[in-house]
Amino acid sequence: MSDRILMQGNDAIARGLVEAGCAVAASYPGTPASEILSSIDRWRKKHGVKMHVEWAVNEKVALEIAYTAAITGLRAAVGMKQVGLNVASDPLLSAAYLGVTGGFIVVSADDPGPHSSQTEQDSRLLAMMAKVPVLDPSSPAQAMTLAGTGFDLSESFGVPVMLRPTTRVCHASQDIDAGPFRPQAREARFVKDPARWAATPAFRRKLHDRLSEKIAAIAAWPATAPVCMNPDVPARKAVAASGVAFAHARELFDELGISDRIALYQVVQPYPLHAGFIEHLLRTYAEILVLEESAPVIEMQVADRRRVRGRMTGAVPETGELSPEIIGRILSRFAGLSARAEPPPAAEGGRRPTLCPGCAHRSSFYAIRKAAPGGIYPSDIGCYTLGINLGAVDTVLCMGAAISQAAGFDYAHRLSGKTVDIVATIGDSTFYHAGIPPLIDAVVQGARFLLVILDNGTTAMTGNQPTPGTGIGAGGETTSIVDMEGLVRACGVRFCRVANPDRLPEFVALLKEALVHVRSLGVAVVIARQPCAMVTRPAGGEGRGAIVITEECNGCGHCVERFECPALVFDEAANRVRIDGMICNGCGVCVHVCPLGAIHPGSSGEEA
Amino acid sequence: MESDSRGKWGGLRRQIVLSGVGGQGILFITRLLAETAIAGGLPVLASETHGMAQRGGVVVSHLKTGGFHSPLVRTGRADLLIVLKEENIVLHRPFLADGGFLVVNAPAPPDAGPGVRVHAIDADALALSRGIPQAVNLVLLGFALARIGCDGTAGGFFCTAGEVREALSRRQGAGGARLSGSLAALDLGIAHGS
Repeated sequence: MSDRILMQGNDAIARGLVEAGCAVAASYPGTPASEILSSIDRWRKKHGVKMHVEWAVNEKVALEIAYTAAITGLRAAVGMKQVGLNVASDPLLSAAYLGVTGGFIVVSADDPGPHSSQTEQDSRLLAMMAKVPVLDPSSPAQAMTLAGTGFDLSESFGVPVMLRPTTRVCHASQDIDAGPFRPQAREARFVKDPARWAATPAFRRKLHDRLSEKIAAIAAWPATAPVCMNPDVPARKAVAASGVAFAHARELFDELGISDRIALYQVVQPYPLHAGFIEHLLRTYAEILVLEESAPVIEMQVADRRRVRGRMTGAVPETGELSPEIIGRILSRFAGLSARAEPPPAAEGGRRPTLCPGCAHRSSFYAIRKAAPGGIYPSDIGCYTLGINLGAVDTVLCMGAAISQAAGFDYAHRLSGKTVDIVATIGDSTFYHAGIPPLIDAVVQGARFLLVILDNGTTAMTGNQPTPGTGIGAGGETTSIVDMEGLVRACGVRFCRVANPDRLPEFVALLKEALVHVRSLGVAVVIARQPCAMVTRPAGGEGRGAIVITEECNGCGHCVERFECPALVFDEAANRVRIDGMICNGCGVCVHVCPLGAIHPGSSGEEA
Repeated sequence: MESDSRGKWGGLRRQIVLSGVGGQGILFITRLLAETAIAGGLPVLASETHGMAQRGGVVVSHLKTGGFHSPLVRTGRADLLIVLKEENIVLHRPFLADGGFLVVNAPAPPDAGPGVRVHAIDADALALSRGIPQAVNLVLLGFALARIGCDGTAGGFFCTAGEVREALSRRQGAGGARLSGSLAALDLGIAHGS
């Protein structure tokens, strides 16, 4: 037996942070970063490390909490996905000026592709804008090591440090030898210094000067300098790569047999790029190819444009993930190899994601289209974005925007003398995250729309993390509960009702009643409350086979198109719908959907 | 640059792609195989699908044993493609190397074109008949292990069915009903593949 254990990239990052003495960690879940915080909690419990670990209400709050711990001298970290960094960018840019006394790491996970995100943005560009150093791991094992290096870097220069993994690091797994713990044995000690911690603009200018000096010094810090994989090779060409693009390139160098001709460098710290490295590249090589995701951060710092190839010269595609196939083609061209016939790429597409069998969001969306046919349906970020399959999601912009967009649609249409029912949907976690300010705004402005809060009591899409309404903390501990109805009413909403959407006929009636209120009196809120089916009633569980479809089914397809439950399968040969017993969870909502009444609750759990 | 450890890991250097849809347990069997590799002293790299795709959409995992750097399998390089949802063959067939194995959960062996060794088992029907629809993944894996085996020269797995069985027992720790159910599903597949 080996001592090495399988760690997912996020698990490895968590391990690296806890090993290095991280005392405070906060996060808001988002793919591909979600597993970092739950992993931190697991490692600290396993090894009895005393920490404050929390799922914060959003990324801005998470960053502010962890940052503040780092100005008391403790080591702290915050984790998020790249669009979460947008939310947290305000405190980050300011924190860069003020600096830290304890180590502070911002983990921002990017998603080139994108696989599960709104954008392909490169967090390293935001690090550059904020003037904070950023580390770019190429594997789970390196991500673990760089978490520790990041703390040392942060404390050596008194700056926040960004650790930027991508999906292919976060969600890769690897055999890793976990290192020993380095307990820090520190006490929180906040030294008052208003000229720094509460700096006015006059002091900010000085802090900015100091930050620039730090960045210049970090560009010469040996521990994060680029590493050459084949230093003894005489070459007139070089490849500088970072992140998983480096991992692909390293493997391809062997396969293509170009290790004896082209120098390969791993850039661990893309910003600030080491000044000595830039000089070395330009002094030594005639042509330099840069491989990085997803913006030309390294490329733009290599000043001589005549010798650099990359995204800015068209040698590397400007958008999309750098797959090993793409990197193989780029490297072949750069090495002057004749193009080899490659097999066709794996196809995209296939079965689209859908809401789970038994998911109450499906009931809500079906009811919304019944109650407000022809309406406009702004929605938001979460599982329920999949309401797009039911024709009940018209817009998705960013966290919380369903509510502001509903208001925006109302004002625009009213100006044009048009009347339209607007029904917005937002999940409970997203509502707490970014829904409250736009709801207050809508009440103040007298907006007319119905907001349905899809309250399944969890942050489902990212792996069922708790919400402020759950009463459970990141480590399973009991927390205070924020009352959603009270919160909605406190925002000034006068019509606020709670109902179970799976009671379909009653729920449709309630939505119609709410829309009457909306048309005359303004914003109304219905909280559609039913726990996530993933938590309470997994598919293929005890409800399996509880639903039957009788001979009355005439194959009209209404249930398949409008209700879109994956357990309802249209049998082309028989021209009728049948139940897929492998995945039906027996929720029974479809019984109310069939116009012919052909779907019935079965008498036993045995039929399938 | 140290040349790759091809020689060192020899016949245990393998690239495997596992394909299915969200909820079928692709992730579980990927990790199970990865842990089996580690127990056998093999370095391993795997890549998983998370996020929205897990809601019933296409899920694909890559697994590489024996000294690789990239977590992804390139098209035309997989020794083995394990498919839990037959309709995915059209998507992920290009990963297979010439002469690679395709093991699929299907009532009859599909036509996967030339240069592919195909093995099929109706794992859905088997699992449903035993009342374990959630264990289709282990039934198919057991079948694949038994049918293809671990032969360092002719492709196939980097490990034996017995080694996976041991890894499954370790993973499920204390045991109880859950372990015996999982082992039963794996054994069911092994029995049909032998």
